Amino acid sequence: MTGSLDLLVNAVISGLLLGGFYAAVSIGVAISFGLLDIVNIAHPAFILLGSYVAYLANVYLGLDPILATVIAMPFFYLLGMALYQIYYVAFERRDDQSLRGLSFFFGILFIAEVGLILAFGVDLRSVQAWYVSGNLDLRVIELPWRLLVPFALGLVMVGGLQLFLSRTFVGRAIQAVAQDQQALRLMAANPTKIKRIAFGISLATASLGGAAMIIVIQAIEPSIGREYIGRIFAICVLGGLGSFPGMVIAAVTLGVVENLTATFLGPSWAPAVSFGVLLITLAVRPSGILGR
Amino acid sequence: MSALLHVERLSKRFGGFTALQEVDLEVQAGERLGLIGPNGSGKSTLVNCICGTLRNEQGSVRFDGVEMNWLTAHQRTRRGLARSFQLPRPFGSLTLAENLRIPILYTVNARDGQALAGPALLARCLELLAQVGLADKAHRLPRDLTQIEMRKLELARAMAAAPKLLIADEAMAGLSHAEVDEIIALLIRLNGQGVTVIMIEHIMRAVMEFSQRLAVLVAGRKIADGNPKDVVRDPEVVRAYLGE
Amino acid sequence: MVSSVAREEEEREGLRGLGHIAFIGVLAVAAAAVFGIARWIDNSYAFFAAYVVVQYIVLGTAWNILGGYTGYVNFGITAFFAIGAYSSVVMYKLTPWMPLPVMILVGGVLAALVGLGTGYLTLRLRGVFFSIATLALAVVVQTLITNWDFVGGARGAYVLRPRLAPLIGGEYIQYLFLVMLGLCVVSLATARAIERSALGYGFAAIRDDEAAAEASGVPTLKLKLIATALSGGFMGMAGAPLPYYVTYLDPASGFSLNYAVNAIAMPLIGGTMSWVGPLIGAVFVGGLQEYIRASSLYTYFDLNPAFGVLITGVLMVVFVILAPQGIVGLFKRKPR
Repeated sequence: MTGSLDLLVNAVISGLLLGGFYAAVSIGVAISFGLLDIVNIAHPAFILLGSYVAYLANVYLGLDPILATVIAMPFFYLLGMALYQIYYVAFERRDDQSLRGLSFFFGILFIAEVGLILAFGVDLRSVQAWYVSGNLDLRVIELPWRLLVPFALGLVMVGGLQLFLSRTFVGRAIQAVAQDQQALRLMAANPTKIKRIAFGISLATASLGGAAMIIVIQAIEPSIGREYIGRIFAICVLGGLGSFPGMVIAAVTLGVVENLTATFLGPSWAPAVSFGVLLITLAVRPSGILGR
Repeated sequence: MSALLHVERLSKRFGGFTALQEVDLEVQAGERLGLIGPNGSGKSTLVNCICGTLRNEQGSVRFDGVEMNWLTAHQRTRRGLARSFQLPRPFGSLTLAENLRIPILYTVNARDGQALAGPALLARCLELLAQVGLADKAHRLPRDLTQIEMRKLELARAMAAAPKLLIADEAMAGLSHAEVDEIIALLIRLNGQGVTVIMIEHIMRAVMEFSQRLAVLVAGRKIADGNPKDVVRDPEVVRAYLGE
Repeated sequence: MVSSVAREEEEREGLRGLGHIAFIGVLAVAAAAVFGIARWIDNSYAFFAAYVVVQYIVLGTAWNILGGYTGYVNFGITAFFAIGAYSSVVMYKLTPWMPLPVMILVGGVLAALVGLGTGYLTLRLRGVFFSIATLALAVVVQTLITNWDFVGGARGAYVLRPRLAPLIGGEYIQYLFLVMLGLCVVSLATARAIERSALGYGFAAIRDDEAAAEASGVPTLKLKLIATALSGGFMGMAGAPLPYYVTYLDPASGFSLNYAVNAIAMPLIGGTMSWVGPLIGAVFVGGLQEYIRASSLYTYFDLNPAFGVLITGVLMVVFVILAPQGIVGLFKRKPR
């Protein structure tokens, strides 16, 4: 019995750690969808882009993957602003968001994936760093570094962004634009500019998320992105759009449930879990755990 | 005789904000009811709850003797409860005539023995457009219309559903004096044909001219309901509109 | 919905004026002509290439019923398509004597049911949630099938193509092409019939403003479910002959993202407002991809085969931004 209790405990704990990683990759969508109501289904493609940046910097420059993606963040930020500008001019301004906006991002997702295939091929890529293998030995339990570091990264990202949103002017403006654009205009702040900044931030998180991804998953290849769309949106919906704490709870919950499923039913069932979670949430409580 | 529309203790909350608090309202068949109230008092929310666009947490809506609470908006429209939207919501890719086709196809035609088709259907659309003065633009798209014309289209679309009760939600905002008269005349004519009308308006002249009875909604509660002349002299109503 | 003067005033002219039966007749004649020409050319490769284009006409038309007409974007095309394909694999293993048209019907019904189920759970909410759910659905169906050993799992399944085509003789691929042409006629005729019917008006109302549609008496949930079932069903039917076409079906190719992108890009590029759009889009884009593949561009620039599909993706994004009405929209007369 201790064997399977051990298994259970391990599954729960690594599920929790996995949840931190999920938070790291979902925070971007929590901003773009949760706060800006932009359905950027291409977000996982940008995360993968971050992973490949980490890979290249690691293999050719010997840089630590996390450091590399931190350095890359400003570029992702600019890319996000440019992407938002196109989206805004083409769709938001014309108030034609649903069909064409979604198709636009789907197109971006596809182009990014095929672009990555053309550039890097479908071979698996991984990075080298001290935390990619080995465990933190706490005597009672052993925590793998490759889960622990992204978990910490995820918490730092969410915590940092939450502080940014509540303590800085721009952050509060972003929260305001999520709630009432008209009022924001009256306060002489330009909603479009604020949204552009927010979307830029959303994509910048994808850079770090990419580092987390390649550390956790170890071996990445371009088609992995698609698996994460369901997960990320399931997390954001379950957590409640507009709530970072909700998103973290949802991420951790999903991590645990998925891991338990993988441990006791087999790893190939994991993608079905997020879909199931998404459907159940939408059917039972679409506003999510802590949604507005 | 029981009322055509019977709203009882209707409450609606949005998170922590109570938009409507235990509103009671009765409308007799054939009546002309005016509903006024300051901005944000919950008039449109009340309409949305009556028509099923929003679900009320508490209270009931009885229309034509039938409990409406579990019916969807389209089911309520089919039973004869129609409304126009405060901010016009036309079907942008369809011509004006086609815009009116929708309620006819899905409301009138769904009722036994009344189905219109082919040329008769088109004729009815044109007739309705003529009543609001839009017949010459029957084959244009809504984006070619002025704001005022869109309101008229909005009204025509509600009329196309051949309702027993029509709720006109601020249909006259921004209209000229003459146009307001036009709409009042139209609604009175409609009422003469047996349609019960609830007029929600800010234009007091229109409300006074039109209503047989006047109700006032302030901060989600009904504070007055009765003869228009008495209601406008009610001190609480005056205070609500002019402030302390 | 060709919502301009054209409809009411030119109702009697040309293709627009044809009744449904007459239209099917015209399409059937056109299809027979296409088949006759292909048979006369008697080039196996031509049949294979043409099959793909016609398959995409069906996929694009199917997607457009829910996407272009009703305004709900289905990203899970691969799920419905593969349900059709894999139901054929199952029948091939269990009841190999089953005629292909029956397999197509079964695949279509199964896919339609899955569409209904997904729709029932998600169509009461905002359109974006439905779209996200379809994305997740694609991954889940792929996972399920990859884990199902009976149909070969990840290793794939082999399907023997009969040597001779039933009814018409000649190579089996000709029969596959003929069947797909038939499916194409049915799907185009269905799409056109919908456009002009009360159902089509209901779809358009939902697309333009769902709340207003509901307030006008349109039973939006019911109509959306109908659209989802029709759309998913036709996708399943388009997928059913696939195992015979490829003879080796594995999840990696059966669930290839290319199907999804093409099925969406073609109607968007061709035009989403009428049945003509997906047809034009499939022929144009399919032809373009074929041209790129067959031309010396590849060898000259040493390009990856994925390049053709990348072009499609780029074209889709460009059209979505610059020409929202598609190719059809570029040629439509502006209403006076």
